[in-house]
Order: sequence, then structure tokens, then C-alpha cells
Amino acid sequence: MNTDVIDPGHLAGRDTESCLTKADALRDQLGSSLHDNLVAALYEEAAAIAEHATTQHGLRWSGFDQKIDRIVTSRWLGFPIMLALLTFVFWLTIKGANYPSAMIGDALFWLHDRLEAGMKAVGAPWWLTGFLVHGVYRGLAWVVAVMLPPMLIFFPIFTILEDLGYLPRVAFNLDRLFKSVGAHGKQSLTMAMGFGCNAAGVIACRVIDSPRERLIAIITNNFAPCNGRWPTLIMLASLFVAAALPPAYSALAAAGSVVGVTLFGALVMFAVSWGLSRTALKGEASTFTLELPPYRKPQILKTLYTSIIDRTLLVLWRAVVMAAPAGGLCWLLANLTFEGRSLMEIFSGWLNPFGHALGLDGVILLAYIVAIPANEIVVPTILMAYMSKGMMVELDSMAELKQVFVTHGWTPMTAVCLMLFSLLHNPCSTTIMTIFKETRSAKWTIVASLLPLIIAVIVCFAVASLWRMAAGH
Amino acid sequence: MGACGGCGSKCGKQRGVIRLGVDASRLDYLVALAGNPNTGKSTIFNALTGLKQHTGNWPGKTVTRAEGMFEHQRKRFKLIDLPGTYSLLSTTVDEEIARDFLLFGQPDVTIVVLDATCLERNLNLALQVVEITDRVVVCLNLMDEAQRKGICINDRRLSVDLGVPVVPCAARHKVGLDELVRTTHEIASGALTAHPRHVAANHGTMEAVDELVPMIQSMMPGMPSVRWVAMRLLEGDKRIRQALQTGELLQLAAALASRKVQQPQTLAQAKLVPA
Amino acid sequence: MDTLDDTERTLASLTPGEQGVVQGLSCEGLTRRRFLDLGLVPGTLVEVALRSPLGDPTAYLIRGSTIALRKDEANKISIRKAV
Repeated sequence: MNTDVIDPGHLAGRDTESCLTKADALRDQLGSSLHDNLVAALYEEAAAIAEHATTQHGLRWSGFDQKIDRIVTSRWLGFPIMLALLTFVFWLTIKGANYPSAMIGDALFWLHDRLEAGMKAVGAPWWLTGFLVHGVYRGLAWVVAVMLPPMLIFFPIFTILEDLGYLPRVAFNLDRLFKSVGAHGKQSLTMAMGFGCNAAGVIACRVIDSPRERLIAIITNNFAPCNGRWPTLIMLASLFVAAALPPAYSALAAAGSVVGVTLFGALVMFAVSWGLSRTALKGEASTFTLELPPYRKPQILKTLYTSIIDRTLLVLWRAVVMAAPAGGLCWLLANLTFEGRSLMEIFSGWLNPFGHALGLDGVILLAYIVAIPANEIVVPTILMAYMSKGMMVELDSMAELKQVFVTHGWTPMTAVCLMLFSLLHNPCSTTIMTIFKETRSAKWTIVASLLPLIIAVIVCFAVASLWRMAAGH
Repeated sequence: MGACGGCGSKCGKQRGVIRLGVDASRLDYLVALAGNPNTGKSTIFNALTGLKQHTGNWPGKTVTRAEGMFEHQRKRFKLIDLPGTYSLLSTTVDEEIARDFLLFGQPDVTIVVLDATCLERNLNLALQVVEITDRVVVCLNLMDEAQRKGICINDRRLSVDLGVPVVPCAARHKVGLDELVRTTHEIASGALTAHPRHVAANHGTMEAVDELVPMIQSMMPGMPSVRWVAMRLLEGDKRIRQALQTGELLQLAAALASRKVQQPQTLAQAKLVPA
Repeated sequence: MDTLDDTERTLASLTPGEQGVVQGLSCEGLTRRRFLDLGLVPGTLVEVALRSPLGDPTAYLIRGSTIALRKDEANKISIRKAV
């Protein structure tokens, strides 16, 4: 067939028009039922072919799946099971992460001392040792020791729940709540993705067709704490909540407080969704259809492999890449002086009154500013800032870690306010960029960035004020 | 899966497939991966390309179009993982992406992944895909799950009824993928040709389609999806109307008609008995 | 399924375990197309599978898969109950 003679420009004229006119005329004759007829014919044919090819009929929603579904979506057990699972995941993470954390900490700080001695032996100037070992290396060591163990436990468990097929059941259970605030039921799936990474959660919002509901899901995704924030939440809960209780209950109490913070995040998410769907994003609910897939046996080994290699190392690498320069920057801020005071003292001094009003301090706020590129490094930055003030602490256990915070004036109130701030504050720069890519709107990107920050400030201020009032200060 | 006579001895571990990840330095064939949500498209994509597209048991988790490469018998294939859809008719964003790629992306082969535990619903999509392109391989996935649930499917019967090759698979256990790649290669090279079955709608609709088809055919000889275009025009599909007016469809038809087809070398292997 | 009830009602009126056969859809546009794509064409047998703990949505067995619909949506699908 000689196709070279086809010239689209030439042919696109008269033939096309007559063809379209004909199509329009035929459509008028056929009426509006054409689409219905086509789909009905497709399904009729599909059913006939399927029937002919199926030699033995079984039940896709089999007895086992049915039983599980009746339990996990039952009126009395549906919600308690969700809560129990969430608590169990955090409990296992907190309980399990203690031991490797201490071991990794020991190993890395052993290396820290060797590096320090090595630098001395080769006669490196004090500022080089300070910058590289006390700044960059110590920052990296903290990120690894604090973040690696919880991630190694949390990610695989979460992935297994996802592989099983439990997430759509959660969406099924929660849809009524989302509907009542004018949001889409699949928002719970995008929130669950946000637990891994908010940027991924924002992209996942594409599963929501209606632009209005999708925008609500994008703006509120930040209230699902991500990878970068779990370690902060879990560590603060372990240090300040668990430590206040007898050892027998400590891990459970810490897990409970992480669950509490997560639920509070969900509450804020519902409140903001409600507010948006009644003001700027008013509109009708769109069609909601959600498939509940059959349960699948998770591939444990593969899950372990992919969640360790792909997720944990990726997140850790991002943290390390961000933490190294931040560590150096902290050391510089702490050691460059102006009129006898370090830059760190000057900057955090400026931020101090504001930080204090929020139940935090200037250093924490400074750390949040340094950590805008990646939430992962907030706590390491705070630590580096505290420790670079010349005070040497041998950091190899959780108790000593807590001691650093306590000597800098931290109380349980500081921990609670920091957990809330970490939960609610603005998304990281990667997520902000993703929001812009997905919405193509500067206005909504700014809303999605600033709204959480404003809420974080208001909530922390309220909690700190009430706490102080109750404590009688 | 002996009891079903599904794959049996045909299944083996992957041989002869070299995973290339995202290395798209040279490209021989373009392959699209279509299917309902949650049928294991991402699992197949990962197994063939060696990439690690996120998989998870909930519908809609693949929201970005993933691309990857693999090699088979010294030919390099680019694999596109399309978003999972139930249909190509309701013009949601996902469906438009999938449909536009199947039509305008000119894939050399489209692999339609079917969930063997839910054949009827999945065939609805397969029947829509074969209206757009006849270069189709059906991957009957989740055979292991079907067997566990007591469902048995005769893949040969399915293949004859659909008029396209059907390869039973259990992608999670890498079963059947070898055969899938071989069949895909055969369709791509032209060694195997599919003759898909087309669905007949009610009488009035088909009369209207029959009136339009010759007009479209004369404008774009060699176009495989004339019937499909006719139906879309009857439905008043804006995208297709526009593509016709701007000449986009005519260019597409010319490109599809001039597509090189190798001389069939291994017709003996053809296990198809087209109706 | 043996026989069908005489009166037409909506899918939302069925309780878990009950079955019905689709008669028609009382909606237009995207929602109608969505329903059709799910296989909710006249003559399709639908069984109520699960009700969410808060009473809405409800999951239905439609052509082999389990699909959840909100009450507002199920009200747009008219059926005749299988007795």
C-alpha cells in the first residue's frame, strides 16, 4: 500500500466535514441511548466470553475474605481494629528500635572519637576538626542512629498492611466521615500514602477525579505525618512520655501518644477539609466508587527487601545529604562570633520570644528554618545546635540524649508542643514543589504551604498558654 | 496449576529476558501495558524491566505513567505502564491518558492484563482495547489466585473467542512471563497476527456504524480502528472529532499503515485459530 | 435467584445478603458513565455485601468484584428485588 501520497492537509477539508455532518445526523436519529447500548453490548459480550471460557466457577469474594471483611468492617469492631493496628505498629517500632538505636549510636560515636584523635594526630587545625567532625560527621551520625532503626521496623510493617489489601477497607470504614466534611472517601488512601511521603501522597490525589475534592485532599495531605516526621514523633514520645511511666507501660504509652498525635492530625485534616468545602471549595459531592480488592498474601521477604533497600535507604540518604551541610552550617553558626556572641546565639535569641510563646525555643525554630528542604533533620539540627555550644556530651543512650534536652530547658510541654508543631507545620520543599506541579496554581500552592504553618502556630500557642496556665506560671 | 490445565508445563522461570531499567538508548518496539486497576500491571512491569514501581493492594496506586526497558532476543522493548481503568469510555483523566496512548502513541503491541478471578469485568476493557488496536496480547494474570478460589479458565477457548493470543500468568511468582515476552515479540515482529473479535451493538447502532465506516475508511486506508472512530463520532466524542478536523487522525492512519512488518518467520508457532 | 419482586425500588433499599436485578439508572453525565463502566447495565445481578461501620457507604458484589457506593449513589440505581 502506497501511503506516501496521503497529504493530511489536503484531505482534511471536504471529506472530513461531510463525515462529521453525517455522524451528527446519525447521532440525532439514534438518540441519547447510544452510549448505554454500547456499554450494554460490551458487557453482554464479555459475560458470554467469560462464561464460555470458565470451566469451573468459584467465588472471588470467597468464604475467607468474606469472614475477614465482616470483622474488619463491622459496626463494633471496625474502628477498634483500626486503632489497635495503628497502636501495635507504633508499639513494635518503639519497642524494637531501642536496642539497635543504642548499638548504632555506640558504634558511630566510637568512630567519632577515633576521627577526632586522627585529626589531632595529623595536626589538623581546630576549626577543620570542628567543622568536619563536630559539625558534619556528628550530624550524620545522629541522623543514622536516630532514624534508621524505627524506619527499618515501621516501613516493612506498613508495606505488609498495604500488600494485604487492608487500606481500601480503611477507606470504606472512614468514608462517612470524609463525606460529612465534603471530601472524597479516597482521601484516606492519599493520607495513607502521605504517611510514607507527603509528596507521594499529593501525587496519589490523582485517584480523585473531581477537581474540588482533589484540591482538598492535596491541601490537607500535610496533616498525615510523613517519613521525615515519624522519627521525631516517635523519639519525643519515647523520651518524654515513656520515660515518665514505669518501664512495663512505657512503650505502650509512647505508642499511645504517637497514635494520639496522629489522630489529632486526622482531626485537623477533617476540620480543614470541612472549612475548605464550605468556603473556597464549595460544591457537590462527586461520584464515589471504591473497589475492595481480594486479600493477598503479602510477600514478606520481598517486602523486607524493597522497604529496606528502596524506602529506608532512600529516605536515609536524603536525610544524610541534607544533614551533612546542615551540620556544617550549624557548626559555623555556633562558632562564628560577632561582638563576642555566636551567630547561633544571636539568631536563636531573636527567635526566642516567639519560640517561647509557642512552647518551644529559638533554637527549635531556627532548626525548622534550616530544615525546610527536609523534615528529617529537624531533631539532628537541634542537637547539633545545642551541642556545638562547646559542651561535650557522650551521646550513646536515650537517657543521655534526654539529658541534653533537659539541660536546655525542655519540659514535657516542650515535647508536646514540638510534636504538634512537627505534625502541623508547613510541608517540606519537595512537597511544595509537587503541589505546584499537581495544581499548576501558585495561589493554591501558597495556601497549602502557609495554612498548615498558621494552624501549627495557633495550636502550639494555645497548648503552651493553657499548659502554663494550668501549671500556674 | 495442573488441575486447571492453565499453564502447567508452559510456565517456567524467566529466561532470555534482559532487564534494562530505564536505559532507552536504542529502541525496537514500543509496548503498552493496559488493564483494570489492581490486576498486577505494576508487578509485570517491575518483573520485566527490573525497575521498582510501587506496588500495593489497592486500586489506583499507579498514578504516574511509568516507562522501562527490557531486551529479548537482541530486540529492545520499551514498556509503558498505563493507569489502570475499568473502561476507556467515560473520559476521566486516567481513561483519557490510557486511550490517547493506545491510539496516538502507536504502541507496537498492547498487553492487556486481565484478572483471572474477575474475568467478565476485565474482558469489558479488553474488548474495548481490541477495537482500537489489533496488535494485542492478553495476559491472563493472577492464575494462582484464581486457582486458590476454585476458578478455572480455559485460556485456549478464551484466545479463540477473543481472536488474540492469551498467556496465563502468575506474575507475582514470575510464572508465565517468558511466554508473555515471547508472544509479545511475535506480535511486534509480525510473526503472529491477531484477528480480534469486534462487539456488535444493537441493530440501529450497527447500521449507523456501517454507514460511517466506508467514509472513514476511504479517508484513512490501513487504519485498524475505523469502527472505533465511527462509534466515537456517533457518540460526539470531542477529542476524536477534533483529531479528525486537525488532521491528527489522518497522520496517525498514515503512520500506522506504513509501519514496517517483518515477514512472518515462525508461523508454525501460531496457536491461534482466528474465527 | 428465582423470581423478581414486582415493585421497582432503589439499590439503597436492600440490606446485606439481599439481591436485586438492575432495571435502570436515574442519573446523567459522568455518574451514569461511571455506573455503566462498573457493569451496572439493565439485567445485572447485584448482591449487597457489606455495610460500613457508620452505615454508609455499602459494598456490593457487581460482576465478580466488591464495589462500595455511597447511599446517594445507590439511590440512583433502580432495581427489582430477587425473592
